[in-house]
Amino acid sequence: MFACIFVPNFPVAAVARAEPELRALALAIFEGKPPMEKVFAVNEGANRAGITPGMTKAQAELCSELTLRPRSLLQESVAHAALLDCAQSFSPCVEDAAADTVILDLAGMESLFGSLPEIARSLFRRAAELGLDGSVAVASNPDAAVLAARGFSGVTVISPGKEGESLGSLPVEVLFTNPCASVQKENDQKKESASLLETLDRWGVRNLQALAALPEIALSERLGQEGLRLQQLARGAASRTLVPVEAPAVFEEAVELEYPIVLLEPLAFLLNRLLEQICARLASRALNTQELRLTLELESFSFSNQPSASNNPQSFRQSEIENWKSKICPIPFHRTLTLPLPMLDPKLFLKLLQLDLNAHPPGAPILKIHLAAEPARPRSAQGGLFLPPSPEPEKLELTLARIAALVGESRVGSLDLLDTHRDEGFRMRRFASGTAQEKHSQKNQSRQISEPAEEKSAIAALRRFRPPLRATVTLENGELARVVCSKKKEVQGSVLWKAGPWRSSGDWWDREAWSRDEWDIALQNAEGIALYRLVHDLLGGNWFVEGTYD
Amino acid sequence: MSSAVLSTSAAQSRPFVFQTENEAEVCPQIELFSEARPLQRVVPTTFPGAFNFKDAKLASVTSASRLAVRPAPEMVSTGIAVMDALTGGLPRGCLTEICGPASSGRSTLMLSALSAATRRGEYCAVVDASDSLDPPSLAAAGIELDRLLWVRCGENSREAEHRLEQLLRTTDLLLESGGFGMIALDLGDVPPQAARRIPLATWFRFRRAVEPTPTVLLAVERQSIAGSCSSLLIKLASLKLNAPENKASPTPTHAQLLTEVEITAELVRSRMDRKPVRSAEITFTSKTAWAG
Repeated sequence: MFACIFVPNFPVAAVARAEPELRALALAIFEGKPPMEKVFAVNEGANRAGITPGMTKAQAELCSELTLRPRSLLQESVAHAALLDCAQSFSPCVEDAAADTVILDLAGMESLFGSLPEIARSLFRRAAELGLDGSVAVASNPDAAVLAARGFSGVTVISPGKEGESLGSLPVEVLFTNPCASVQKENDQKKESASLLETLDRWGVRNLQALAALPEIALSERLGQEGLRLQQLARGAASRTLVPVEAPAVFEEAVELEYPIVLLEPLAFLLNRLLEQICARLASRALNTQELRLTLELESFSFSNQPSASNNPQSFRQSEIENWKSKICPIPFHRTLTLPLPMLDPKLFLKLLQLDLNAHPPGAPILKIHLAAEPARPRSAQGGLFLPPSPEPEKLELTLARIAALVGESRVGSLDLLDTHRDEGFRMRRFASGTAQEKHSQKNQSRQISEPAEEKSAIAALRRFRPPLRATVTLENGELARVVCSKKKEVQGSVLWKAGPWRSSGDWWDREAWSRDEWDIALQNAEGIALYRLVHDLLGGNWFVEGTYD
Repeated sequence: MSSAVLSTSAAQSRPFVFQTENEAEVCPQIELFSEARPLQRVVPTTFPGAFNFKDAKLASVTSASRLAVRPAPEMVSTGIAVMDALTGGLPRGCLTEICGPASSGRSTLMLSALSAATRRGEYCAVVDASDSLDPPSLAAAGIELDRLLWVRCGENSREAEHRLEQLLRTTDLLLESGGFGMIALDLGDVPPQAARRIPLATWFRFRRAVEPTPTVLLAVERQSIAGSCSSLLIKLASLKLNAPENKASPTPTHAQLLTEVEITAELVRSRMDRKPVRSAEITFTSKTAWAG
């Protein structure tokens, strides 16, 4: 058995997917170069208002209730990718029949997803979740499924052997429907299909039942092999092998804006929509993401008379759009959000992107938003009843982003000690509470279980002054006698005890060579005695108090 | 109607008395009562299930003093045996203060507790108000660096108020996030007059936030600033120098080595027991990383 998902009026559906609020309005899609723009597709509301494909844009603009949008090939390609994802989430054997049509083989799927009507309903729901209101049909052969999907709205399930009977009521035009073809292709096909339709019309053949009832020999004599092919289709008896495609694991969503966005709030609104669509697509393929790439195309300079976001979109002129688009900044603005673990939470992603854009604003009005997700397998974690608690990765990621916004990105994370004796030989890296650390700590975990009573003696810690405190050192007979720090009043006094010096040096082959003598000293201050580390920079000749032993 | 005694897992030592419709299943007193008195003498024929619930209710009422008893918090090791013996460990879901002057051993104690926590497999966080942690000291203390989140406050600002604000907001976020075994607030280099400006309400908020969690909230500071919000207050005494002064010592300075530091700790306050804690003092030594 085969299922077909068909999205009627695909150019309109693609635009409505990007802007769901347009579904309730009368919407017309136009294409062409100004001033020769023509209406290309319309939704039901526009149709009721008297707008038909082929009208000029100027004629359509006379309708005050109408919302006009330019045809967006980008939106159509994204919607098509979503359609493929929807089909791929049910079956690995999917044929990419047309931009608005996909066929999938349901062989063996009943044991996984239930009966055929249940599968068809699930397909319908999944497509709706992805923002595509389509029709779904299930039949014993691919072509019958396509015809049923194109001819009947909603969910249709045709039992094997009843294809001709079920398809009989459909008009013959359904055999020639290809609304997504480009203008050039359409012109080529139109001539052939128009002549065939005219012939059938002259014969009084209005529906598939009448076409199926025609004698085969007489039909082939008059219309040739094409006539027989059409009759086989009308009978639902055409059989062919499905040509499966492997849908690329590319999860990208984009939106072109009619007017530039300046504020973060409307941008967040659009990002939320894109993220929800991407996450729905990833979820349909049982995938998560570990990297989000945001690309913003910016306006090269600001206009003195540019319309604000609150302007009525209907009053916006296409010529102005073209004018702005020609002034797109040549270097787009990129931001990459790398996650420590695969995740799939659009709200979390939105918060992270908002925090990131707050910290790194684009710097110019935004004309186009492109968002791509790098797919990753969902993480599998085995929770343990007796394992100590650990932060939830999603919550932790958001918390870290918020803390980074407070204290700075480079000042939050975990530590990596570098293989050097240089002072401050460490670097900060991303903190994560995922499985990566689990592997590392498994050894320690087992060690802890085997040796629970391991007790270490306390190690005296050093508290550093960052930056080190410059000190004035008084020497008596070549020995340290008094230390004074002008920046920190408590770090001054007579040296009560001292140990050192210990000389160290390194990186002499580099510009950042260092050489120093270290002392451990005890000073008497107002609170009592304190131990400090005193450093003499041999290259610069300065004295510093580096920290206190605490 | 009858009364029943149930205890929740969250408050096992705090019984609650409430009434329930399904008396026969949850209230064993009904059975005992009906056995003790013949049914026909006590219970009207129109209501065979009735019983004298007044007596049963009185029998199950818990005294008010017992209701006030909260479950004792779980204690975790500080990593120093004598300190554990003094304090009983660090309480989970509570605020612990470690205060003392410079070189009194505050950081040593904090790192020791962090080391013990990370070795237990817990994730820990240090909110460092003055960016004073020394990474080699962390490694020497045996802390698993992968499990430690270090937040260094004070970027672009040396002002104590700004750093404190960052510390408090970060602590709020970490407590909200949850999942950490220990969160240490390092206020050791913040001047006491600045630290005292933290409103007491903030510490109350932290206490309330950490209470239902298994997190140990540890504050390291010069003087106690959280007041009654802290469940445990450990005060460390200033360093006593036992080494002879160099002038009197025949040993040259380069032949001397700082190998250990003596730490004196006093338990000032503990709310783990109902009776007030008696101040106790201990002394222990911490070794330097190079002492072996």
